[in-house]
Amino acid sequence: MAPLVQLEAVSKVFGTGETAVRALTEVDLAVEAGEVVGLKGPSGSGKSTLLNVVACILEPSSGRLLLDGQVVWDGRYRIGDLRRLRRERIGFIFQFHNLLPFLDATENVALPMTLAGTDPGAARARARELLDYLQIGRRASAMPSRLSGGEAQRVAIARALANRPRVILADEPTAALDSERARVVMDLLRQVARDQQAAVLVVTHDEKIFDRFDRMVALRDGRVEQVEARAA
Amino acid sequence: MNLALADIRHNLGRFLMTGVGLGLLMAVALSMVGIYQGVVAEALALSRSLRADLWVVEEGTRGPFAESSRIPGDVRAMVARLPGVADAGAITLSTTEMQAPQGIIRVQVMGYEPGRPGGPAAIASGRALGGVRREMVADARAGLRLGAVVTIGGDRYRVVGTTRGLVASGGDPLVFVHLRDAQELQFKLAPAAARRAVAAGGAAGSIDTVNAVIARLSPDADPDGVAGTARRWKHLSALTDAEQSALLTRSVVNRARVQLGMFTVVLLFVSAVIIALIIYTMTMDKLREIATLKLIGAPDRTIVGLVLQQALLLGGAGFAAATALVFAARDVFPRTVALGVAEVSAMAGVIGLICILGSLVSIRAALRIEPAQALGG
Repeated sequence: MAPLVQLEAVSKVFGTGETAVRALTEVDLAVEAGEVVGLKGPSGSGKSTLLNVVACILEPSSGRLLLDGQVVWDGRYRIGDLRRLRRERIGFIFQFHNLLPFLDATENVALPMTLAGTDPGAARARARELLDYLQIGRRASAMPSRLSGGEAQRVAIARALANRPRVILADEPTAALDSERARVVMDLLRQVARDQQAAVLVVTHDEKIFDRFDRMVALRDGRVEQVEARAA
Repeated sequence: MNLALADIRHNLGRFLMTGVGLGLLMAVALSMVGIYQGVVAEALALSRSLRADLWVVEEGTRGPFAESSRIPGDVRAMVARLPGVADAGAITLSTTEMQAPQGIIRVQVMGYEPGRPGGPAAIASGRALGGVRREMVADARAGLRLGAVVTIGGDRYRVVGTTRGLVASGGDPLVFVHLRDAQELQFKLAPAAARRAVAAGGAAGSIDTVNAVIARLSPDADPDGVAGTARRWKHLSALTDAEQSALLTRSVVNRARVQLGMFTVVLLFVSAVIIALIIYTMTMDKLREIATLKLIGAPDRTIVGLVLQQALLLGGAGFAAATALVFAARDVFPRTVALGVAEVSAMAGVIGLICILGSLVSIRAALRIEPAQALGG
């Protein structure tokens, strides 16, 4: 089976001439269905650039990106409607959860579905299911400002799963959580990857969760420096 | 789910405060529109109330509002005999100050003969002038009660009736008195030399002069034709009611009208800038939310809808507050604030347009927000 996320010799250069900055150099990476892969590295190593490329918000300078077997970029070709691709194929989890403060937990989870054209009633029903699945159903009507950090991150995970994406990207999802909650969130991501056969790519600095990844990819100066297999 | 409404509901207090603030600004603009219309309405109020089809005035003048006009009192009988004239009445107009119970009031005194054209069309309270001299019908704007006694030119008048909405083009309330009383008043107010000439009994010595004769025509009469007949008399000019109305709005109150109009335009421009700034600030406050929406795949129409709907809702709330405020306070204004459905609807349209135009900059800024701004701390 083809990897759900596949980068082949992806490079990204910002600027031109003498001021050009090479953020990624010939990066190869593949994340399989059901796999949780961590991405670590010092500041400026290219983690965010790589995440932006996989998130289809930054066009690589060269190389190929395939999501769920479909070519997204290959230097000459680019999928026309990237926003639709993100809406339907990718789930996002952020460092500070990024829940819309004016929507309650259920509405936040239902949002990606209504954006994709799902009937509002059906979207709300699935949102409730997801919140129950992530054991936060009792807080379904709470506004984000009333949720604890861990609760908000669970709601954010539920939102990321709303449209049943095959790819889930997480940017420092545990940075704002204590050790215990960080482990709970990572276990949830592992559960989601396994249950939904999704590929999960997580950018993190958080050493206390390194053991929760199937593989840990270390970046340095825009290159893949090391790949370590972790969890069994 | 409507994101614009959800955001407003979440920040209801701030939205309402902003709406009230905007409403105060819009109330100033709306009241200027009302005062603008009021100036025109006031200028035409007397003319309309008199229901005159023809104004006969001194030759070479465009009186009695735009210019002074003085014609012999017996012209009324001549005008009444013109073919097509159903009725005619002589009137005088003079602006003066009168001593009222509450103090000195500036009024425009109008003299007419009861039973002939020239009196108020409707009496709000009390009665019209009767056969007794030194009676007065005053507009409510003068603040006089029935039975009140006022002094003009040393003579005491008793208020027997009131009218509503009858003011001069300058905003002074109108008071109606017998023609003879008004003629005597004009004589008293005339310069000393003129009074001496009258006392000497010269050619111009009669005080039986009036400022205009107004005529009501038969239903089948042609106003221009009758006016043409009147003009052929060498010492008279004649204006149809349409000409008099045009004169009142384009000449008598033109400067005030233009001034108010320009001020209204400036206020609307200021409102537009402030609305645009508020909408821009509201949009930039949601920078991360908009970036998140774009990252999770929200189409541009969702972002545009969010900004535009909030702009229109804010404008609507402000306008509702402004309309309520102006209608609640319009009787406090010293001049008429004439706002009808047409003016309010037009202003609502202008505010809507301002909101749409004001949100364009914000929409452009929102569409330029990079989804990557949702990532990272």
